[in-house]
Amino acid sequence: MPCLDAAHNLARWLTRNDHDAEDLVQEAMLRAFRYFESFRGERGRQWLLTIVRSTFYTRLEKNRGNELHEPMNGEALEIASYEAGPEEMAQRHETALVLRNAIEELPLEFREVLVLREFEGCSYREIADTVNVPIGTVMSRLARAREHLRLRLATTEMGAHL
Amino acid sequence: MTCDELQPLVHAYMDNELDPARCLDLERHLEGCDACRRSVQDWQKLRAQLAASKLYFRASDTLRQRIRSRLKQISRAMNSRRPWRSAIATAAMLLLIIGVMWAGIPYFRYAGDGDALAREVVADHVRSLMVDHLTDVQSSDQHTVKPWFDGKIDFSPMVRDFAEQGFPLVGGRLDYLADRPVAALVYHRRQHYINVFLWPAGNAAAEPQKSMNRDGYNVIHWSQQGMNYWMVSNLNEEELLILAGLLRQEL
Repeated sequence: MPCLDAAHNLARWLTRNDHDAEDLVQEAMLRAFRYFESFRGERGRQWLLTIVRSTFYTRLEKNRGNELHEPMNGEALEIASYEAGPEEMAQRHETALVLRNAIEELPLEFREVLVLREFEGCSYREIADTVNVPIGTVMSRLARAREHLRLRLATTEMGAHL
Repeated sequence: MTCDELQPLVHAYMDNELDPARCLDLERHLEGCDACRRSVQDWQKLRAQLAASKLYFRASDTLRQRIRSRLKQISRAMNSRRPWRSAIATAAMLLLIIGVMWAGIPYFRYAGDGDALAREVVADHVRSLMVDHLTDVQSSDQHTVKPWFDGKIDFSPMVRDFAEQGFPLVGGRLDYLADRPVAALVYHRRQHYINVFLWPAGNAAAEPQKSMNRDGYNVIHWSQQGMNYWMVSNLNEEELLILAGLLRQEL
């Protein structure tokens, strides 16, 4: 199941917590399986991501009112501990936390576009197809999402120097 | 390119989504403009930080296991139902074959001989590229191509441009296939040309889509709503299927 990681990553960013993400991936995989018994390669991945996303929005619609779980605070972030010195590690950890929080606070329509581009490496065309908006909208959402992240990083850096 | 013109293109530039001409323009501007160069570097730094932050959530092994076993269960349940279905399908197929043999359709020599027609389709495709006679009417405008066929053939082909989906219409051509004049629509994908031949199928039943490969060319055939469709190209089958899907939906 080569696309499972991609499906899970998108699900995790959409739901913002582990439990809902796993549930979502499982439901999406079963749905995908019913339509198609085998899916492989790049096109299969895009197709699966589209299913994950639409499953998520269907659930969101159903659960309107009783909100989905909010992300737990201070959930451990797994960060590889290779050759970086302790100081650099701390710095990188700090940056990662800021970025993660900044992404999680983005409204959904910006978050999904950013995640598809930065973590899944999807092309604008692929994102436009998955999210079902014109390419121009993909571009402007991506620009605004990145703007938000940069702003967040800049504010923390300023805070650190005070 | 000015600084104001550059700003909205920065993201497309970083994401490799800019066409070569504008990319060149932009890079020329960057060479001479410190402010813009710094702005691009800032954005690139952000992307590098995102990548270095390892914010990718892989599926856990437990989840992988759970899904795998669920899928296995379902697939077993489906397989156990299958012998039934295949028996019915075989019976239906047999009846169909017997029916066709009884009816004996020798007057349409291609009905039982899709292979000969497939070869003819490929030969026509190759000829259209070799003799540099790809189009009689060259236009990406469906409203130019469609009326052009009026009076040249005894039917009116559906003509659509799919430039947005990556298959721009190049034009149309009159061709001769299966002992009759047919419409040929030409589409373009990267450096590949795609010929789509279509003509009325008479009263024959709709035929499901079928892919084949002849002499290194991919050929897709189906018939739908009384029209025969044959697509041929040296484009890979996967992308050719996308165009087939587009053509089918547009009917």
